[in-house]
Amino acid sequence: VSAVAKTTLRPTLPAEIRRRRALQSIANHALAITFGIAFALPFLIVLATALMTRQQSLSGQIWPHPFRWSNFTQVFSDVPLIRYTINTVVYAGLSAIGTVVSCIPVAYAISRMRWRGRQAVWILILSTLMLPAQVTIVPLYVTFDHLHWLGSLKPLIVPSFFGDAFSILLLRQFFMTIPQDLSDAARIDGANEWQIMTKVIVPLARPAIAAVGLFAFLYAWDDFFGPLLYTGSNSKAWTLAVGLQQFTSTHNTIVWNTTMAAAVLFMVPVVVIFFFAQRVFVEGVTLTGVKG
Amino acid sequence: VKPKSQRLGRRTTVLLLLSPWAIGFLLFTAYPMIATLYYSFTRFDLVNNPKWVGLDNYRFLLTKDPLFWQTVRNTLWLLIFMVPLRILWALCAAIVLTRPNRGRSFYRTLYFLPTMVPAVAATLAFVFILNVNGPVNHVLHFLHLGQPLWFQDPRYAKPALVLLGLWGVGDTMIIFLAGLLDVPAHLHEAAVLDGANAWQRFRYVTFPSISPVVFFSLILGMIGAFQYFTEGYVASRAANGSVGAPNGSTFFYPLLIFHKGFEGEGLLGDASAMAWMLFVVIMIVTVLIIRSSRRWVFYQGGLK
Repeated sequence: VSAVAKTTLRPTLPAEIRRRRALQSIANHALAITFGIAFALPFLIVLATALMTRQQSLSGQIWPHPFRWSNFTQVFSDVPLIRYTINTVVYAGLSAIGTVVSCIPVAYAISRMRWRGRQAVWILILSTLMLPAQVTIVPLYVTFDHLHWLGSLKPLIVPSFFGDAFSILLLRQFFMTIPQDLSDAARIDGANEWQIMTKVIVPLARPAIAAVGLFAFLYAWDDFFGPLLYTGSNSKAWTLAVGLQQFTSTHNTIVWNTTMAAAVLFMVPVVVIFFFAQRVFVEGVTLTGVKG
Repeated sequence: VKPKSQRLGRRTTVLLLLSPWAIGFLLFTAYPMIATLYYSFTRFDLVNNPKWVGLDNYRFLLTKDPLFWQTVRNTLWLLIFMVPLRILWALCAAIVLTRPNRGRSFYRTLYFLPTMVPAVAATLAFVFILNVNGPVNHVLHFLHLGQPLWFQDPRYAKPALVLLGLWGVGDTMIIFLAGLLDVPAHLHEAAVLDGANAWQRFRYVTFPSISPVVFFSLILGMIGAFQYFTEGYVASRAANGSVGAPNGSTFFYPLLIFHKGFEGEGLLGDASAMAWMLFVVIMIVTVLIIRSSRRWVFYQGGLK
């Protein structure tokens, strides 16, 4: 009887609920798309401008007419883009390697071993996170000057082989999630700490290590202040960031179409990396943020 | 009880594992910090040896140098406007992301993408987008609205930098999104049953749950604002041809450190004094925020 009552008494409800849900869903997507347009529009404008003639890029128009694909090759003849790219890849690649190699053992000692003073060292590492770069640059600049390293990439690369607080933090957070039993089992089998680190922890922590390497790479790719300060005097050592900034001041007024083409070439590699490594990336950001 | 040799071996192991960071800390942090403090009491350029002048650099900066206070005001402006607006915008974007049932990862990728763009490229993009005859002014003209000079107008240069800052909030947004998705659904359901409206649910359920994340991004945003350099440098040079222009409206504190120490006359003593003052202020503000956090940050499981 009750089943009959239900179907006869409220035959319209499901349809109404479905309609309300559909409306709600449309509203949600409309809002999400509006935000999406706000985030996407600058990309589209930059890309369109990169394809315009110089004349048209000053007109405020949106659609390129005609399409000038040669702007991209023009950039290569205007500036030594290949050299800048090589410098950037060398800086980013080596500092990623340096960061990973130097931070794994530190994070391991902090998170997987017990020893007196561990807490104090950890707090010291954390406190360096807040240190503004400005408070160290003058003496470092003087030192690198004495070493005749200014005008080369060495002041940028060498320090990355000596640990970095943010990367140690990220690795530590991940190492702590690995069950202690695995280390204990390896210890009973006679493994020393070095072996446990390289054979047990590192293979399990691959996602975190990938995130740390990726972040270090992207940081260096993006870095403007470091290369400006240490390589500024020698254009042969410039990275893409410094080269692109200087590109705008080579002419009296900025040539927008080729400047935007250069900007596109500069951002394409990181955007591609992002699409391939998105999961590594998002997990890494979340790991530092939520549990930090 | 372990034999002594083994304990010694363990200590050596720890020291070896820590050595990359320990050496780096001494060479690239501890020594430079102390040296900067020393240089701040000297007149010093790269040619001549440092000459002790006591508090002269500090006295000059604080009482005689008009540029100093202008850069302080500009950096304060960033702290007051840009930092909260970025957090608010990131929170809005994250909330918008939680709404659709399908397509969330597509939207998330789209919203995050600008964060990947290198700062120099993003800044130049905005200098173009907001140039006098650029696309934004084109639209404003079409709508019969005023067309500001943006990066070339002292009143609009910093707001233009805020727009640039809002474009790349992806990392904060991702952290907020994770926090929002972690809010237990039963809390929302209970609030709905109690008749709470959308704002009340946000204020009394969502916000307390994500307040640790807001706190974290506030500290990071604050530290970032104190060190804000690249966007200001690139935008002012691209739009006006000189650093900090127009009228010093984008001359931020770190720009002046760089300008004094490495671009102009090589006043490394002044630059060092400015750097130490920046360091001390960051420490004080951080402590203040941590103090205040006890009142508005709620940690799971812990009652206030």
